[in-house]
Amino acid sequence: MAEIGKGTDLSAYKNVWVFAEQRGGVITPVVFELLGKGRELASDIGDVKLCALLLGEDLEDMTKQLFEAGADIVYTANSSLLKDYNADGYTKVVSDAIGEFKPEIVMYGATHIGRDLAPRIAARVNTGLTADCTKLDIDPETKGILQTRPAFGGNLMATIKCPNHRPQMSTVRPGVMDKAEVVPGRTGEVIPVTLTLTESDIRTKIIEIVKTAKDMVSLTDAEIIVSGGAGLGDASGFELIQKFADQIGGVVGASRAAVDSGWIDHSHQVGQTGTTVKPKIYIACGISGAIQHLAGMQTSDLIIAINKSPIAPIFEVADYGIVGDLYQVIPELMEVWG
Amino acid sequence: MKILVCAKQVPNTNEVKINPETGTLIRDGVESILNPDDDNALEAALQLKDANEGSTVTVVSMGPPQAKDMLIECLAKGADDAILLSSRAFGGADTWATSNTIAAAIRKIGDYDIIFAGRQAIDGDTAQVGPQIAERLNLPQVTYVEEVLKCEDKKVTVKRQLEDGYEIIEIPMPCLLTAVKELNTPRYMSVKGIYEAYEKEITVWDEKDIEADPNQIGIKSSPTRVFRSFTPAPKGKGVMIEGTPKEAAAKVVDELKKKHFL
Repeated sequence: MAEIGKGTDLSAYKNVWVFAEQRGGVITPVVFELLGKGRELASDIGDVKLCALLLGEDLEDMTKQLFEAGADIVYTANSSLLKDYNADGYTKVVSDAIGEFKPEIVMYGATHIGRDLAPRIAARVNTGLTADCTKLDIDPETKGILQTRPAFGGNLMATIKCPNHRPQMSTVRPGVMDKAEVVPGRTGEVIPVTLTLTESDIRTKIIEIVKTAKDMVSLTDAEIIVSGGAGLGDASGFELIQKFADQIGGVVGASRAAVDSGWIDHSHQVGQTGTTVKPKIYIACGISGAIQHLAGMQTSDLIIAINKSPIAPIFEVADYGIVGDLYQVIPELMEVWG
Repeated sequence: MKILVCAKQVPNTNEVKINPETGTLIRDGVESILNPDDDNALEAALQLKDANEGSTVTVVSMGPPQAKDMLIECLAKGADDAILLSSRAFGGADTWATSNTIAAAIRKIGDYDIIFAGRQAIDGDTAQVGPQIAERLNLPQVTYVEEVLKCEDKKVTVKRQLEDGYEIIEIPMPCLLTAVKELNTPRYMSVKGIYEAYEKEITVWDEKDIEADPNQIGIKSSPTRVFRSFTPAPKGKGVMIEGTPKEAAAKVVDELKKKHFL
């Protein structure tokens, strides 16, 4: 393909793109967060369009949703070879589309798919990629993107630039950006990309896709999360957490310590290496509050922490802290919660 | 089979603390370790070696000279040999430039069936170098591998972890796979292994050895630049609720109602 990336005319690159990840014909929730942020970035740059790139099969309904969530243009790649995500096919089609239309910014959700795909594309089109961004801004002077992300297990934040290469690319942590406002009936322009993908380009074969839990999706979307940590003492503690969550319409989360102890599946893990969440109410039960955990939940609207130790770091971020035995406090909370 | 493992020496970020007065990272006294996901990658390679007679495991790492300690640990666990890519010219690289360096070294090694890497390193958490090495070498990849189901007839069948389930994928060799911690439980070093590891020579290569293009490696060639770094601002501390569990529960729920959360 044509040499893009460094040394090229940066001004030839225009518009903000969102990779519209879909699984089984359903757009991944983070895409709507990217469109929300993408709209802000586009207006901060000025005179650029917000675009979505959608790969898959039977794209009409999904295209409509992308327009309603703010896309001005939806670039489509419609092929049975793209029905399910595969690294070879998707890398080729997205890289070719970048070469064909030259966006200045491309955002991907930092999902297991986005984190598989985006690095390969960055290597192929010779540009930079910043992983797991939690904040994106436009530098008012250069109009370049400022990408902020946690490193060292959330101990340090770094702001990254990509000054001389285009497009500027980021994977963005799900659950961090605000979702785009949906305007029913809003529409835009559909542009099919030039497809040269053939079956022999795809070297892997998907034998089976199995859905085992809906927890990941519901954790990022949950309004209330009740999380358990090492303070539960053993796996059976999650029975109480589950009961509490069920009563108050919440979803069960967990600290890394609880997951590493094998008490609960990793899909429940909240934190730097798990899921980032920002529910209306986050209730941390027996979680001491390691920085890795705090990095994934401290932007929740309201945090309640229950811990035996009055010096547990979780109390540093809690709006309401209760020092006590969670096995005594939770039943009392259930009693009065309503 | 010839198996390569990409590994990195990292600071144990669980031990990294912030100096509350200066707001900077305290790195003194923080131990350096084999990156946890890379330990799972090494274990997966060693298990394939154990199951397939005549196989070899070579560990490749980019890092400063002291990363040799980590490579000795890999040898003591059962790797056959280890290569350290070490030069000032490699320093400060982002993932784009790092993957060029490691891919150049793997091209020099030449022949291999599977490359295992950890999903991500705990210092950067990017998960980018694995897929980028695969791209440089034009290899198929599967990331987030949580189980190796089958490895025969020049094909590997793996279980790839997804957020809400998994995929079963068949991938032809040569290929690159990245490991998550669910893949296995890494073995410990054996006494015999430790003894033998110190007998072995660790190969050290610089940019000339791997014939790297100077415009493709190190900080100067990296497309991304760190503009600034800072410690995250702590969220303001809230209220501690006093009283018996019953009283505390009642007070919290009261507060939530007052603030219209309930």
